[in-house]
Amino acid sequence: MAEAFPFELVSPERQLVAGEATQVVVPGAEGQFTVLANHAPFLSTLKPGVLEVTMADGSTDRIFVRGGFADANPGGLTLLAEEAQRVADMDVGSLDQAIQNAREDIADAKDDETKTAAETRLAQLEEVKAVL
Amino acid sequence: MPSLKDLRNRISSVTATRKITKAMQMVAAAKLRRAQTAAEAARPYADKMSAVLSNLAAGQMSGGGEGASPLIAGTGSDQVHLLVVATAERGLCGAFNSSIVRLARQQARDLINQGKEVKILTVGKKGYDQLKRDMASRIVDTVEFRAVKSIGYVQAEEVSAKVMAMFEAGEFDVCTLYYAAFRSVISQVPTAQQLIPAKFEVSEDPVFYEYEPDENAILDDLLPRNLTVQVFKALLENAASEQGARMAAMDNATRNAGEMIDGLTLSYNRQRQAQITKELIEIISGAEAL
Repeated sequence: MAEAFPFELVSPERQLVAGEATQVVVPGAEGQFTVLANHAPFLSTLKPGVLEVTMADGSTDRIFVRGGFADANPGGLTLLAEEAQRVADMDVGSLDQAIQNAREDIADAKDDETKTAAETRLAQLEEVKAVL
Repeated sequence: MPSLKDLRNRISSVTATRKITKAMQMVAAAKLRRAQTAAEAARPYADKMSAVLSNLAAGQMSGGGEGASPLIAGTGSDQVHLLVVATAERGLCGAFNSSIVRLARQQARDLINQGKEVKILTVGKKGYDQLKRDMASRIVDTVEFRAVKSIGYVQAEEVSAKVMAMFEAGEFDVCTLYYAAFRSVISQVPTAQQLIPAKFEVSEDPVFYEYEPDENAILDDLLPRNLTVQVFKALLENAASEQGARMAAMDNATRNAGEMIDGLTLSYNRQRQAQITKELIEIISGAEAL
C-alpha cells in the first residue's frame, strides 16, 4: 500500500477535492509529472489537461483543469486551478454542441468584442475536446 | 388636525410600506447567507495564492528588487493613482455605498492636494452616481454588473483585465481598491487595499522550492492572476456586506414603520373617541333644551 498524503484541489469559486491521495498525475506546463508522498518542494504552472488522482481508499478520479498552478511540498499537494471539472461530469455530445454554437457565434458576431469572446470560448472548448 | 379619513389612509399606507421593508429584509437575509458561503468558499484559493506569492516575492525582493516585476516592485513613481471603487448596484442598504464613496473621495482629495493625479474606475452603479457629482472628470471607466445575479470569477476577471490593460499602457503607477470588508451583519468596514504594487507579508522562513518553468515565469503568470483573485475576494466581501447592510437598514425601517403605526393608531382612536363624545354632548344638550 502506497503512502498517502493530503491533497487539495481548489478553484476560485469552491473547493473541489480535499482528502488523502496516494498518487496524483498533474499536467504541468513543461510536461506531466506524478506526485507521490514526501515530494520535494516543487511549484509548477499547469497547462490545460486532465488530472489523474488515486485516492487513499483506492478510488480514482479524472478531473479536467485549466490555468493555475500546483504546489507540492512535504505537507501535501495543493492545486489551484482557475477552472476544474470532473471528466465524468462532462458530456462529449453537449461539448460538440457547445463547439458548434461557438462557431456560429463567431460567424454571426457583429462587432470585434463579441467575436473575440466567441473565439476564446471556441479555443477553450477545443482544448477540452483535445485532452479527452 | 388631520381628519379621521386622513389618519386611516396614512395607517394603511405605512402598513403597506412595512410589509415591503419586512419582505426586503427577509430577502436580504437569504441572499446574505448565500453571499457568505460564496465568500468562504473563495477563501482557500486566495489564501494559498498569497502564501505562494509571498514566498516567491520574498525571493525576488531580497535581491534588492532588481528585475522584479513592476506589479510588485512598482513603476518607480507614484504620481498617478488609480482608485478602483467597488460599490453595489442598488440602494436601500443604509450607509453602505456612501461610506465606501466617502473613504475613496477623502483619499482622492488628499492625493490631489499632494499634487498627484487621480483616476477613478468605478465598479457598480451607485458609486458612479455618487462620484460623478464632483469627480466626473476623473472617472476614466466604469463597470456595471446590473444583469449579474451572483458575482462569479468572470466578473472579477473583467475588472482586473481593465486594470491590467491600463497598467500595461502606463496609465497609472499605484492602484488602490476600495470596498467594504464584511465583519458581521451589523458591521461593514470600508477598506482601502493597495493592488499595484502588490504588498505581501514576507514569510519568516521561506520554503525553498524547485520551480518549473523558472521563478520569474511563474511570477509573471501568477501576479495578474493574483490581481483577479484579490478583486474577486473584494467583490464577494462587498456582496456579503451589501446584503448585511441592507438587512440592518430594512430591519430599522420595519421597526420605525411599526412605531409610526402605533402612534397613528393612538391618535386615530383618540380622535374617534373625541368625535363620539362630541356627538353625545350635542344630543344630550339638545334633549335638555327641550
